[in-house]
Amino acid sequence: MTIVQAICDGMRVALKTDPSVIVLGEDVGKNGGVFRATDGLWEEFGDERVIDTPLAEAGIVGTSIGLAVNGFRPVAEIQFMGFIYPAFEQIVTHAARLRTRTQGVFPASLVIRAPYGGGIRAPELHCDSTESLFVHIPGLKVVVPSTPSDAKGLLLAAIKDPDPVIFLEPMRIYRSVKEEVPEGWFEVPLGKARRVREGDDLSVFAWGAMVPIAEKAAREWEQKGVSCDVIDLRTLYPLDEETIIESIKKTGRAVIVHEAPKTAGLGAELIALIQEHAFLYLEAPIARVTGYDAPVPMFALEDHFLPGVERVSQAIGQVASF
Amino acid sequence: MLTDQRQENLVQYLLPDGTLSGRGMEIWTRLNRETKLRFYREMTLVRMFDRRAILLQRQGRIGTYAPLEGQEATQIGSAMALKEEDWIFPSYREHGVAMIAGMPIANILLYWMGRVEGCKPPEGVRLLPPSVPIATQIPHAVGAAWAAKLRRESSVAVAYFGDGATSEGDFHEACNFAGVFRVPVILFCQNNGYAISVPFSRQSASETVAERAAAYGFPGVRVDGNDVLAVYDVMTEAVKRARSGQGPTLIEAVTYRKGSHTTADDAKRYRPDAEVAEWVQKKDPLKRYIHLLRAEGLLNEAEEKEWEQECKRRIDEAIREAESRPPAPPTHLFAHVYAQLSPNERRQQKQLEQDKGGVG
Repeated sequence: MTIVQAICDGMRVALKTDPSVIVLGEDVGKNGGVFRATDGLWEEFGDERVIDTPLAEAGIVGTSIGLAVNGFRPVAEIQFMGFIYPAFEQIVTHAARLRTRTQGVFPASLVIRAPYGGGIRAPELHCDSTESLFVHIPGLKVVVPSTPSDAKGLLLAAIKDPDPVIFLEPMRIYRSVKEEVPEGWFEVPLGKARRVREGDDLSVFAWGAMVPIAEKAAREWEQKGVSCDVIDLRTLYPLDEETIIESIKKTGRAVIVHEAPKTAGLGAELIALIQEHAFLYLEAPIARVTGYDAPVPMFALEDHFLPGVERVSQAIGQVASF
Repeated sequence: MLTDQRQENLVQYLLPDGTLSGRGMEIWTRLNRETKLRFYREMTLVRMFDRRAILLQRQGRIGTYAPLEGQEATQIGSAMALKEEDWIFPSYREHGVAMIAGMPIANILLYWMGRVEGCKPPEGVRLLPPSVPIATQIPHAVGAAWAAKLRRESSVAVAYFGDGATSEGDFHEACNFAGVFRVPVILFCQNNGYAISVPFSRQSASETVAERAAAYGFPGVRVDGNDVLAVYDVMTEAVKRARSGQGPTLIEAVTYRKGSHTTADDAKRYRPDAEVAEWVQKKDPLKRYIHLLRAEGLLNEAEEKEWEQECKRRIDEAIREAESRPPAPPTHLFAHVYAQLSPNERRQQKQLEQDKGGVG
C-alpha cells in the first residue's frame, strides 16, 4: 500500500468500526478526493457518512466542531494546506479551546486532514508547510506520517484521540513508497517518534517528505564513516522529548530538516528543547536545513527552495566535523 | 435607525402601547396562565440582573460586562420556545437565554468575573460558552443540528448572533451549509441596530436581515423583538419546522439595546438621543408586557413588588455564591487543555506550582 492508500484504508476501517465517524470535505464523496484519499468510501458508506460539502473551509471546520460537540467524530478534509487559512479562526479559536472553555464538557474531538508540502509541481499556493502555526496553539495535536503503516496507524490513533488533531499528509510521498500495512484497526501512538536509522555520531530530525531525504543523506555518510541516528518525529505536538533527548545525549550533534521556512520553524523549538535538556552533551552547534524565509515559490524554483539530499548531506558533514 | 418602511412586514402581536393586535388576541388565548406569567417573570429577572451587573462592574466586582437591557423579549421569548434537548450556541449578550437554558446566575457572574468555571453548564444543559469572536458560533450550531439530523433525533440547535455578525463570512458559510443540508437549525439574529457604533445601514445594503434567507433556500422571518409574544410564536413555529424535518429558519428580531455595547463603551457618542428615547420610552419590551398583564388582570402592583423582591433575593444569592467561590489555583490553567497532559505541559504545570503562579 502507498501512503494515500493507507490513509484511505484507515478511514475505511474507522467508518466501519465507529458509527460516529464521518468524513466530510470538498470532493471527498463521488470523486473520492482529489488525491483519491477517500476512494470508494462514498460508494461503501453512503451520502450520510462520506459527505461532499460546499466549498468553504471555515464552514467545513466550523460545522465539524458542532458535529463533534453533538457526538460525531468528524474527519474533515481540507483539500490543500495552502487553503486551510479560512478555517484558521475556527481551529485556533474554537477547536483548540473548547475543552478548556467548557471545562471538559464539550471537547472538539475531530481530525482535520490536509495534504501539505511541496515537490509535486502543483500550481501556486498548493504547497505550504505551515505546521508551526498549529504546533504553536495549545489544545491542538499535530501529526505527520512518512510511511504507509504510520499513515494508517497514526490516522486511527488521531481519530480515536479525544483532542483535535491536525493530520498533515506529505503529498510528495503519497505514492512514492509501498509497504505492507497491517489490516483492520491498528494504532501508532501519538507523541512517539520513530527511529528510522540507528547511529552514534549525529542525530538527524525530520518529518514528512523530509524523512526519506534525511535517510538518503545518512546512507551516504554511513559509507564515509559517519553514522546517523535518523529520527522521524511523526507527531509534532506533543513532541517525543524522550527520544529526541536520548538521541542527542548519545550523539552530541544534530541536524534538523524541515521544508517550512527557517524563522520560527519547528527546528527552532527543537533546538531550544535540546539546549534546555542536554546542553552539556552538545559537541557542535545544531544545524537547520530548511525552506528559505521566502514565500513558497511557484514550482519553477521549488527545487531550490526545498531541502534536498545535497543540502542535508552538506550540513551533516559540517556538524560532524565541527 | 429603523425607518417606518422597514417596520413593515414585521410580525407584531403586542403593540408598543401594550394592546394586542387581532392576531395577537388569538395567540394570547392559546397560551396558558403559567406561560403568560413566566414571560413577565423571566424578563424582569434578567433586567434586574442586568442592572445589578452594571453596578457590580462599576464597583469593580466583575469585569467589563455586556448589558442586554432592551433585548429581554427577544431572548426570553425565543429561549422559552426551546426544550431541554435543544442546543444553544450564544454570543456574549445572551444572559437571558442562558438563564432559560438552565445556567445558574452565579455561573453567568463567574464568567464576567473572568473565571472559566462560569462557562461550565450544569449536567444536561446544552449551552455552549458565549462566542466572543463574531459569528463563529453559527457554523457550530449548524453542525450540532446536522448531527441531530444524521442520528434522526428530534433536537434542534439555535445560533444567537447580532446584526453585525451577518457581515461575517461565517454567517454566510453557516447559512449555506444549513440550507444545503437542510438541518434543524434556527439562526436567530437580534438586530439591535448597531454593531458597537456602526449602524445596520453600514453592515448591509439589504433592507433587512430576514430577506437574505431566500438566497439560502429557507424562510426568513422578521419579528418585533420587543414583543415577547411575537418572538415566542415565531420561534415556536421555526422550532416546529426544524423538528419536523423542514429545515432551517432565519429569524430577525428587531430590537434595541438601551445601553452601551459594554460597560467600556459610551453609546452617547454614536446614537442620537431622540432615537434612544423613542425606544426606551415608547417601545420597551417589559413595560408593554406589564401593561398587558395588568389589563388582563393577571398582575397587580403588589404582585410585581413581590416578584421584584424575589428576583433581588435570587440575584443577591447568586452574587454571594459567585463571590464566595474559592479562587481556582493557578495550575487550573492546565486543567482541560488536553484530555491528558503531555510531559511538556506537566513540566510547565509543575513549574507554575513552584512559581506560585508568578503572583504575589
